Amino acid sequence: MDLATFLVQCLNAVQYGLLLFLVASGLTLIFGIMGVINLAHGSFYMAGAYLAFALTPLFGPNFLLMLLAGTLLAALFGYLLEWAFFSFLYEREHLQQVLMTYALILVFEELRSLLVGNDVHGVPVPAWLSGKVPLGELMTYPVYRLFASAACIVLAVALYLVVNKTRLGMMIRAGASNRDMVRGLGIPITRLYRIVFAGGVALAALAGMIAAPMSSVYPGMGGQILIICFVVVVIGGIGSISGALIASLLVGFVDTFGKVFFAELSGIGVYLLMAVILVWRPEGLMKRGY
Amino acid sequence: MAGVPRAAAPVVAALVLMALPALLTPYTSDLVIKIMVLAVFALSLELLVGMTGLVSLGHAAFFGIGAYTVVLASPESDPGNLALLALSSVGAAAAYAVFMGALSLRTKGVYFIMVTLAFAQMAYFVFHDTQLGGGTDGIYLNVRPTIGPLDAGNKLHLYYLALAALAFTYGVLALVRRSRFGHALAGIRVNEPRMRAAGFSTYFYKLAAFVLAGALAGLAGFLLGVKDGYVNPELLSWHESGAVLLMIILGGIGHLRGAVIGAAAFVLLKELYATPAFVGDFLAEHWQLTLGFTIIGFVALLPKGLIGLRARLTPAARKVST
Amino acid sequence: MSAPLLSCEGLTRRFGGLTAVSDVSLGFAMGEVHAVIGTNGAGKSTLINMLSGEMPASAGRIVLDGQDITAWPQPRRARAGVGRSYQRTTIYTEFTVFENCRLSAQAAHARPWAFWESAAACSISGPIARQALAAAGLDAMADRPAGSLSHGGKRQLEIAMCLATEPRVLLLDEPLAGMGAEETDRMLALLAALKPGHAILLVEHDMDAVFRIADRITVMVNGEVIASDAPAAIRANPQVQVAYLGEHA
Repeated sequence: MDLATFLVQCLNAVQYGLLLFLVASGLTLIFGIMGVINLAHGSFYMAGAYLAFALTPLFGPNFLLMLLAGTLLAALFGYLLEWAFFSFLYEREHLQQVLMTYALILVFEELRSLLVGNDVHGVPVPAWLSGKVPLGELMTYPVYRLFASAACIVLAVALYLVVNKTRLGMMIRAGASNRDMVRGLGIPITRLYRIVFAGGVALAALAGMIAAPMSSVYPGMGGQILIICFVVVVIGGIGSISGALIASLLVGFVDTFGKVFFAELSGIGVYLLMAVILVWRPEGLMKRGY
Repeated sequence: MAGVPRAAAPVVAALVLMALPALLTPYTSDLVIKIMVLAVFALSLELLVGMTGLVSLGHAAFFGIGAYTVVLASPESDPGNLALLALSSVGAAAAYAVFMGALSLRTKGVYFIMVTLAFAQMAYFVFHDTQLGGGTDGIYLNVRPTIGPLDAGNKLHLYYLALAALAFTYGVLALVRRSRFGHALAGIRVNEPRMRAAGFSTYFYKLAAFVLAGALAGLAGFLLGVKDGYVNPELLSWHESGAVLLMIILGGIGHLRGAVIGAAAFVLLKELYATPAFVGDFLAEHWQLTLGFTIIGFVALLPKGLIGLRARLTPAARKVST
Repeated sequence: MSAPLLSCEGLTRRFGGLTAVSDVSLGFAMGEVHAVIGTNGAGKSTLINMLSGEMPASAGRIVLDGQDITAWPQPRRARAGVGRSYQRTTIYTEFTVFENCRLSAQAAHARPWAFWESAAACSISGPIARQALAAAGLDAMADRPAGSLSHGGKRQLEIAMCLATEPRVLLLDEPLAGMGAEETDRMLALLAALKPGHAILLVEHDMDAVFRIADRITVMVNGEVIASDAPAAIRANPQVQVAYLGEHA
């Protein structure tokens, strides 16, 4: 493998890892703070992708505007969903949460089927991002993928700032370590949970929107990314955002280079990684830390 | 029903099932076989979830491996040996259960749920992405296995085979339940740290339960492969794992009967929801919607499943004493 | 007084920057009640957790009957005779009182592969459980659900479960917590009866009870042992009076 190809694969790995991080961070936050395991999290990613498909004709060339609109819609949806459904899951046992959120997936799948059908779609890359950047003499790299990585980095930094430098973030971190104490301190826990949940949904949907022009938009994409996100959360440690970042990048590299070297069985590379980590550190790389 | 021993109901049910084929059409007979196969599957998960308290979201892996094994290990155009093939299916499923269990049981709670899901997905990919099992198309079992006069290709024989497997599984689990091993599993479910403090090496007990559950799921998979004559990777999908979890919740966790009742309820509900004559064209086409809401309703309103419904209606219900 | 059955040397436990237990060396001899007292946060719970095996030590050794058990996981230590009762009641509330003890007794005589044998009819764990229940005075309650016992009853069951594992060493974490005078007397009588055949470590806050029953008292402050002696000497020790006994002296 020559340097240029290696560089391309590295860029792909980072881009995939960063996208995964957006989705996984929401999942790990929701679990770490509210204690809810949410199987339907992948559906939000899928919803984002289909949302991009539905909104593109409306927004035309205003890609960033569409992303913003989609994110706000997703956040609103998340806010309402938490109020209507998830708030009832907090005190329940894991088994019940698993089943309820599994049922939610079924409902979402059917709703999507009703609203947009079951076809596979493509979302066009916006014109101003559709060029290619030269890498070395022979290879080029799509601008859009660089944009995707950059967008994810910006969001990751924003997430870090919010969680570590704002009052909201302080409440989130407090809630993650000790739910009951936070309640006792008079912090509006219900509103906090609602905001965190909406944020998680928005992140996942935004990731789906950003991913849409790169991969196709298809029904099974929710399930696929959910399971990978679970692997990320297991490797990184529940509730840990920095763990999720490290794990996402790790998974990104293993998956990307796995495909290059072991074409047929590349799909299982990620799970073997998880197996190794389990043997070495069953509680995840970062346990509980930000 | 105070004077009737607890074993009465399952025995009566078994007798009824034995007599049933004389009364059923081929279609309903097929449905009953399907229910019995899924009941074995559900019972195997009940051992894990209900008895030991291990919520696994990857149980379909063993089901699928059992199914694939019988197809892959059968000769091209001759009937294979039924007993040997059954043992192979069970063995293959158990082998993967050792691997999956040994690693997954290093985690607890939510991690365990996620890890079992991931390992099942790994097995799914092996069958989905490689040509080992015909990829996404799946593979066909050309000739059903036989042993002596017993021919799994004969629907009646298959019916009694499935019934025997169900009775066997139920019987084994009933014995396990009242045994020292079963009581230890119950202790682990209720208070694992306490068990360790008393001197139980709980990891190995859990692993044993996991492998036994996987083996029995493999048996169910074997039956399914023989029944349908066709297997595809979706048998290992997480939808399948979710479905079997659903079955035991529907019936009622903590009771062996619950697994059987739940399997029956699940199959019948799916039939019902997909039949336009019952629910109208729109809902029949979008049966997942109805199923989804049913699950939500069940978990929210009837967390103890159908068995819990009976307990609610008859106030003098007996409590489980161990 | 013989050589200690259970002893620790230089036992230390660190959590990140915090040292919860620092260089503790103690011995627990057969036929002796060795009490460990100290204010909250002194490290007593951590010490018991390290001795029982629930928490690994950062440094130091633990020796049981001449054998180094520092690396042994808790179940193995329990089977070797290190029994433990808990400060917060950890009984199996769903099961009957009898089953609570029988299950504990089963640990050492498991035979889990004999799955065709009924547990309830087990000829080994059954009698051991009944004996433990009788010793703790709970035989009348054997068939009741454990969750229905009074608080004192539950604490007694806690001890009974520990006894059912037929231990040689008893690590008792605040067994008298929340007990009234009569129940305390009963528990102390039980401990006195158990003394000849066991080495007992008693972590307690009830000073009167400690001075009534202990043959040896160790005082811990901030993770360190500041004194370890006969009760009379401890009472007279000025360091201890200043650091801990204060109002109680």
